[in-house]
Formats: sequence, C-alpha cells, structure tokens
Amino acid sequence: MGTSYTPPTNPDWWREPIERSELVWIVLAFSWCIFMFVWMIGWHFAGPQNMSNETYRTTIEEYAKKVDDFSAKYAIRKDDATGEDVVAPPPGSDVYLAAMQWQYRPILELKKGEKYRLHISSYDVGHGFSLLPENINFQVYPGYEQVTTITPNKSGTFAIACGEYCGGAGGIGHHSMLGRIYVKE
Amino acid sequence: MATTMSDFRVDPVSGLKIHRTANTLVKWNAFAAVVFLLVGGLFGLGVALTRMPSVQLLSPELFYMALTAHGLVNLAVWIIFFEMAALYFLGAHVLGNRLATPRFAWAQFWLMLVGAALVAVAVLGGNSSVMMTSYPPLQAAPHFYLGLILFAVGALIGCFVFLGTLVVAKREKTYSGSLPLVVFGGVTATVIAVFTIVSGALILIPTFLWSIGLISHIDPMMYRVIWWGFGHSSQQINVATHITIWYLIASLVFGAKPMSEKVSRGAFLLYILFLQLGSAHHLLSDPGLTSTWKILNTSYMIYLAVLASMIHGLTVPGSIEVAQRRKGLDTGLFTWLRKAPWGNPVFSGMFLSLVGFGFIGGISGVVMSVEQINMVIHNTAYLPGHFHGTLVAGTTMAFMAVTYYLIPVVFQRKIVLTGVAKLQPYVFSLGAWVFSIALMGAGTLGVQRRHADITFAGQPLAYEYPEIAKGLMDIGEIFGVVMSVGAIMFIAVVLASIFTGERIAEDSAPWPKVEDADVVAERTGKKHIGVWGMEAPGTFVLAMILFVTLVLYYFVNFKYLSTVWGLS
Repeated sequence: MGTSYTPPTNPDWWREPIERSELVWIVLAFSWCIFMFVWMIGWHFAGPQNMSNETYRTTIEEYAKKVDDFSAKYAIRKDDATGEDVVAPPPGSDVYLAAMQWQYRPILELKKGEKYRLHISSYDVGHGFSLLPENINFQVYPGYEQVTTITPNKSGTFAIACGEYCGGAGGIGHHSMLGRIYVKE
Repeated sequence: MATTMSDFRVDPVSGLKIHRTANTLVKWNAFAAVVFLLVGGLFGLGVALTRMPSVQLLSPELFYMALTAHGLVNLAVWIIFFEMAALYFLGAHVLGNRLATPRFAWAQFWLMLVGAALVAVAVLGGNSSVMMTSYPPLQAAPHFYLGLILFAVGALIGCFVFLGTLVVAKREKTYSGSLPLVVFGGVTATVIAVFTIVSGALILIPTFLWSIGLISHIDPMMYRVIWWGFGHSSQQINVATHITIWYLIASLVFGAKPMSEKVSRGAFLLYILFLQLGSAHHLLSDPGLTSTWKILNTSYMIYLAVLASMIHGLTVPGSIEVAQRRKGLDTGLFTWLRKAPWGNPVFSGMFLSLVGFGFIGGISGVVMSVEQINMVIHNTAYLPGHFHGTLVAGTTMAFMAVTYYLIPVVFQRKIVLTGVAKLQPYVFSLGAWVFSIALMGAGTLGVQRRHADITFAGQPLAYEYPEIAKGLMDIGEIFGVVMSVGAIMFIAVVLASIFTGERIAEDSAPWPKVEDADVVAERTGKKHIGVWGMEAPGTFVLAMILFVTLVLYYFVNFKYLSTVWGLS
C-alpha cells in the first residue's frame, strides 16, 4: 500500500530500514563525491592547469595606458593583414592584452616553454578569452585586471575567439572577434 | 471561505477529488506553457538552422534576436508556467484540496503573461538582443527588465499560493500524517523558487533602474554573481519539479511506492540545503573570485546535491522495478523493464527523461563543474549541449510525459492522435540526445557558443575550426531540427486533444485504476523479490553503468586538461 502521491502509510516512515540496493548505492555515490572534492583541491597543488586567483581593480583608461606602454616597449613589427602591432615581450615579463568590440589587441609573440604573466581586461563590455585550438576559456570584464601565469607548451599560431556574447551586427560582431598569439620554438 | 461539494468534482479518470477553480488555473497555466513552448521552439528552430555551418539561415542581427528569444521563452516562460500548473496540481488536486486565494493565483497568471509579453515586445523590437543572461554593460530596453521583474513577481505569488494551499489542506484535514512525497517535492521546488526569485529581484531591479538612467553603473561581476543566483537556481526548480514528476508517474503507471520515504525525502532536503550553491558553476572562469569560494560552491559542499540526484536516479527506477517484481515480473535482471509499457507516452517519456537527464545532462554537468575542467569547456558549444541534456532531454521531456496524463484529468478530454503521441517521446528524445552529444563534441573542439557564424568570415585574422567540429555542428543542429519536430508533435497532440478530443463527462464510469503493487503482492502472497539480497538489482546494475561512465568521463577530461598550456 502506498504511493508517492498519498501520505506514507507508515507514520513512522523515518524508522524504516533502508533497502540494500539503495544503501550500497548511497555509500558508493558519497565516496565518489568525497573523492571528486579532494581531487579538485589536490589539482591546485599537483596539477599544472589552474585558474589564477590574482585580480586587480582597474579602469578602462588606466588599463589602456598599460597596454599602450607595453606595445610601444616591445613591438617588433606591424602585422601584414591588420596593420596592428605584433609584440614580443621577454620571457617572464608582464604581458598586457585588451579585449574590445570586436578584437583582442595587441598580437603577441611568445616563446614555447617560457612563463609569462598575462594581464587581461576589457575596454567596453564583458568578453570571453577563448584560446583556440587549445580551448582555454575564461571571462574578461572592464574594471577587472586578471593576471594568469601562462606557459605555452606547443608552438604555432593560436587564435583568441570571444566566448562571451558582446553584441554586434552584420558581418562584424561577437562571432567575428579574434586576436592572435604566435608561439615560437 | 466555505467550500461546498459543488466546488469539487470527482474525476472519473484519476479518482481524484478536484477543486474546480484550482483546475481552471492548472488548465490556463498549462495551456499558456504549451503555447510558449511553441513560440520558443520556433525561435529555437531558427537558431538551429543558423548554427548549421552549411545552412546559416538567419543574419547575425536576427540570429542574436532569435537566440535571446529562444533562451528566455523556453528556459523561463514555458518552464515556469508549467511549474505553476504543477504546483497547483500538487497542492490542490493531489491533496483533494481547494486552492488558497484564487484571486492571487489569477494575479500570478496575468502578471507572468504581461511580463512575458513585455519582454517579447522588447526583444522583437530589436534593441534588446542581449541574450537571456543580459550581462551589463550590454544594455536592453527598460521594458525588457521590467517584463522580467513582473514575470518573476507573478511566479513568486504563485509560490505563496501553493504554500497557502498546503496550509489550507493541513487545517481542513484533507490528508493525514506526512505530506505525500510528490507534494514534498513540490515544497522543495517552491523553497528553491523563492530563493531564486528574490535573487532575481535583487539584481534585476537595480539593472532596470540603470536602464532608465537612475543608477550610473552596474558592476559586471557583481551582476553575474547575483544574476546566477537567479539563473542557475531556476534550473534547480526544474530539477526538483521533474524529479517529483518522475516519482508521480512511477506511482501512476505502476502502482509503485517510494522504496524508502526517508531516503527520497532526505535527497530532496539535500537539494534545499545545497543545490543553490551551484550558481558558482557559471563563475568558475571569472576573475575576482577565489578558488576556495569556487571549490566550496561548485561542489555544493562536497557534492551533496550531486549525491541527491544520484539517489533519485536510483530510487525512481528502483521503485518501478520493485513494483513490477511484486506484480510477478520477478525473473532475470531486466524483465521488469522490458515488459514496461513502452507504448504509453506517460511512461516512455518519463523513462527517457530519466536516462537522458542522468547520462547526458547529469554526467556532463558534474564534469564541467570541476573548477579546472571548466576552463576547457566554459562558454563553448559544450554548454548548450549540456543544458539541452538537462533542460530539454530531462525537464521538458518529463513535463511532456505528465501532460499526456493531465489532458484527460485536467482538461477532461481523451487524447487524440494517439499514434503521434506514442512516437513523440522517442522522436523528441532522439533529437535532444544527439543534439546534446554532438554539441558537447564540437565544444570540446573549441566551437564557441552564441556565434552567428563559426567561420570568422571577413576577419583579417582568420581562424578555421577543424572539419570534424563543423561536421559535429551540422549533425547536432540536424538533430536540433528533429527535436523541434518532436516538440511540434507534442504541441499538435495537446492542442488537438484539448480542442477536438472526446469530452470525458463528469459522471462517466471510472477508468480502471492501476493497482498498488503492494496490494497485488499481498493477494498473491509474493514476499521476497530480487536477487543478491537486493529488491532492485536491475536498477542497481543500471546505476553502476552510470557510475562507471561518470568516473571514466571524469578522468578523460582531466587527461585532456593536462595537455593544454600551463596556467596558474
């Protein structure tokens, strides 16, 4: 007797023993839950890919100045297709990248296997940093300057697409937003 | 307010004592839901035909408008209207009770309708293509936010009407002892809904004031943190509601009773306590929040809400297995499942919802909500893949399944186009499942979400996705069209039945009722069932398949993560 849509027939339902398949499953599932929780913490200590916790308040003007100074200091050439600066900062240095409607600038040239402190912020709305084809994705906002230590482990030409809808219309907009990173051997 | 017997009717189909006013409100909310499902589904079809790289139907302007409309209408309007119908059904129909304050219930209906209409006007006006998430500093028209606020206030009123209805039932003693499990599930959904709507109000009211110029600045991060308390938690209302519907259908179709009231209610309680922390899932790749905060929240405090879902995932089919075995199908591991009524869309829809939600939405959800793995998934096509697994294959399928039961009971009409109804859950689920899996695949290969064009056409800095990624988008969106066909089949059956189905007279002979499995077992003297000392061994094996799949998929993703650039 009893269904899910009638009151429990046994008023002492909380004293009923738990059936075996349920009990074994609960123990197993909870053990896995604990494992996943510990593993996620453990990866922060043992794993090489973790989100950065370093973020600073900034303003659009302040950040734009940093990007301009950075570009002026380390620019090595103009990109053929866009006429934008290609910037090659020394390994270990601070690298400044700006997201804006609808591009990532400047174009970066990095060295494989070296560490860089990558600063990212936006000049207008929220954007998404999506490094392709690596497929590393995180959010970018105006007013927030996030610093991630990156170590490119492959050489080649990488694109940065936008993962967060940022407006636009016609041929140009969120879907056409791109930046570029060259990684040299 | 005194009620008389003529305020009620005894339903020949279900045997329920039904309050007429409550029934009218269930009807109107369910009807509005289905109409909005149609509207949202058509926008979804446009989205699918545009994201197919070989078709690209809509221009970017129309695409972003259609995507905004599709998200809002299907994710919020269809679902929440249906949830209002479900809550009134649980509070009034299931308990043989009257609906408290019908006037407020009507206020709920009209506020939600006016709110939805205002949002529609704003979006179709073309200057509010900000996606359903509407992240500032992107700005929509003021009536976009106002519409959302009215819609949410309406839903909040509905929650309190439901809670008031429970008070009436208690006071007027329409039931004795503890609330039925499904009503407890409804309470769970309502508690989560109140939290959700308050979060929505906290952020949408200032955003509305910002849109009319009274506030100068909305911090984009603060917006996201609070907005997801609304956006994610609203999906938790769905989970609590569709799991409630699974339990309901298991009892309606099989005469099943919960394997353990304690375990199932305990699992619902875990939802109330921990599910809302899941809003952190959307913030894992955001600046300005610490990993400590992210880990504690994204895991719902040691995955306690995941544990709850895993429990329901076993106990619902487990209760069906126990019922089937008690009724004599006690041989082998899966005889109970093979001999289930697969031609009955109430059952097939419910079971497909269970499997789809668990294997597609559930497994992908657990894996992508790992703080580090999120970096290789966040905001790619994997996201729509995942939430079509939860929201479409899971919630929407379950709502459709229970609708086949509600049409004779609530609308008092026999279902027409029964052949279409029989096939519908399979077509819809096939579409939703393949769509989800293909988009997850494309997302793993980097395809970004919410892109009107994935070729980056006309960009001086070119990038081309691998051919296989484009192929997966094509396949996924073809099955997106199949999903739309399944939705249209459902809508056709519902509308045809409501308007042309044979009326079921109030005084007609009672329909045969499914016997409680326990009653059958008592009559036949069946005591011991199952093998290995388990009453539901078949379900346990199915659960183990889910478990192994989850564990393998978890490590496959960590393996993939370990190959990308070093990040710290």
